Amino acid sequence: MNEEFHENSEPELSADEEALLNEMPALADVGLTRRRFLKQTLAGSLGLFALDLLAHEQALAALSPSPGAVFADKTAENLVKLALKVNGVTKRLEVDSRVVLLDALRERLGLTGSKKGCDQGQCGACTVLVNGRRVLSCLTLAATCEGKDVTTIEGLAKGDQLHPMQAAFIKYDGFQCGYCTPGQICSAVALLEEARRGDVSHVTEDVSATTTQLTNEQISERMSGNICRCGAYPGIVAAIQEVHSGKKTAQTWGFVDDQQLARVRKEDGNAAV
Amino acid sequence: MRPFKYTRATEPNGAAAAVGANPQAKFLAGGTNILDLMKEDVERPNELVDLTRLKLAEIKEAGGGVSIGALATNTDTANHPLIRQNYPLLTQAIVAGASGQLRNMATNGGNLLQRTRCQYFYDTAMPCNKREPGSGCGALEGLNRMHAILGWSDKCVATYPGDMANALLALDAVVRIKGADGVERTIPLSEFHRLPGDTPQQDTNLQHGELILAIELPKSNFAKNSYYLKVRDRASYAFALVAVAAAVELEAGAIKQARVVLGSVAHKPWRSQEAEAALAGKPASAESFGRAAEAAIADAKPLAHNAYKVELAKRAIVRALMRASKLA
Ligand SMILES: Cc1cc2nc3c(=O)[nH]c(=O)nc-3n(C[C@H](O)[C@H](O)[C@H](O)COP(=O)(O)OP(=O)(O)OC[C@H]3O[C@@H](n4cnc5c(N)ncnc54)[C@H](O)[C@@H]3O)c2cc1C
Ligand code: SF4
Ligand code: FES
Ligand code: FES
Repeated sequence: MNEEFHENSEPELSADEEALLNEMPALADVGLTRRRFLKQTLAGSLGLFALDLLAHEQALAALSPSPGAVFADKTAENLVKLALKVNGVTKRLEVDSRVVLLDALRERLGLTGSKKGCDQGQCGACTVLVNGRRVLSCLTLAATCEGKDVTTIEGLAKGDQLHPMQAAFIKYDGFQCGYCTPGQICSAVALLEEARRGDVSHVTEDVSATTTQLTNEQISERMSGNICRCGAYPGIVAAIQEVHSGKKTAQTWGFVDDQQLARVRKEDGNAAV
Repeated sequence: MRPFKYTRATEPNGAAAAVGANPQAKFLAGGTNILDLMKEDVERPNELVDLTRLKLAEIKEAGGGVSIGALATNTDTANHPLIRQNYPLLTQAIVAGASGQLRNMATNGGNLLQRTRCQYFYDTAMPCNKREPGSGCGALEGLNRMHAILGWSDKCVATYPGDMANALLALDAVVRIKGADGVERTIPLSEFHRLPGDTPQQDTNLQHGELILAIELPKSNFAKNSYYLKVRDRASYAFALVAVAAAVELEAGAIKQARVVLGSVAHKPWRSQEAEAALAGKPASAESFGRAAEAAIADAKPLAHNAYKVELAKRAIVRALMRASKLA
């Protein structure tokens, strides 16, 4: 093991580096291991770069307006105070009027499930429910959410019990990289309610008649606001159809079992794996 | 995004007065267009007056027709029984636009006032007379596949991209407005949007500080025979290349009166009175519709990359009228 990164070795610091470190009282809060790691990094060739990094981290941490905050508003203007419910819990925030709900959720409340894809209303990755309706959090000002009820992907499961839509997405492989998935699932959950209400869509033949049963074509059209770059659409539609119709379809895949594994394992004299 | 002051309006008079008092203030409704444009630095208001708490979301029977609140969402409007039963064309046009999420946010007032999707308008590094009067038009000699074939000027060749307004125009809608002084007036939708002329920076005839209260629809005889056709690059969640709002009132197989409105071909929803005149009194048939389509497009002047829209519009008109008349 490289001596410099050994837990107990005290690295040699130049006088300048030692002085710089001592001038940063905030370092005391970082904890021994972190201090030692940084000292060790310093003693390597990274020197001032690492110190600079640390200074930035410290400055940001000191600015954090609330626990759990990832980034701070360094130049917040036109502050708006608001209280909103997020996944059933009342949150009080003071935000720059420019902050959109997506950034408030991710960067102030630490709820990073909702994703930023395009930031322009074109992909659906940021979909959340506001007062039960699916909306795009990237085009919703946080300030407009005063008194509203926001549900994100983090709020769908009940403890360890997945929301039926989450379970169905897993069953049908409704994702590949997973980036669009929180938005897809939130969108799909709202879609169920829209179908129950008898809402129409672009592919509804007769908009004056009411139907509450959705075909796969209807589901595709109603989910068109959620783009998936991995093209997991067949699984997504199948998952939603099962939850919507209540008709179970057999899972099309399964985890490999030990016997199957043994048949291909190198240790068992086979070529692969 | 540039800093702005955020205020929450509690009643219409105050909202109109607040925006009227500040030349750089704007209304905020669903935010789906204005916030997008603010992120792109195209819109630069220093104050946003939030309308979403105003009690202007009602959809109700009024004067034999219906009044649709400016703050009602596109979703609630499209799905309201009064609209689905009596103005199915409007329902079809709304659900042809955007996505489920966007329609939940978008309001009727904001939808009317959505701005063009011309890519030069969005790109602040490019010349654009609409964004920066006098800077030139990037699209005129540039990429103009999505642009106008009718009614454009050499100052601007942009199209109005919306769907809802095309149906509203076919249904003879009137826009009810409150001025910054609190006085109400109405503008027929046909005079609401405008052609670019020498002042493309002005999309509509609405004055600064004027608040849309409602959209009013008269009683309609088109509920039985209307159709909204939208042609686009993909099957859903895309703006129209050409759209047609078609409606006919039939009497013993003959057309008593008709409406033909084209979308995404001009700076405003384009009602073709020529096509409507060509249809009046004629039998509902592919031949009549073909002649009407020729009449609608007779004055078209395509740009370098959008000649396809001429033929597409003709075929779309015929198809929409066939569907409206239940012949296809
Ligand atoms: C990805 C994407 C795809 C889209 N696709 C389509 C489509 O296919 N078809 C389509 O038609 N539309 C489409 N849209 C546009 C969408 O329909 C509009 O953005 C929406 O209708 C605007 O309504 P809003 O309430 O969000 O307006 P806002 O963005 O809040 O406001 C828009 C403008 O209207 C003004 N305003 C709002 N309400 C009032 C009022 N009551 N009185 C006076 N002024 C007011 C605001 O000051 C602002 O200038 C799409 C949008 C996106 C982002
Ligand atoms: S077409 Fe109109 S909006 Fe587009 S660049 Fe020209 S002036 Fe601007
Ligand atoms: S991040 Fe909101 S729609 Fe893409
Ligand atoms: S799973 Fe990768 S984008 Fe949808």
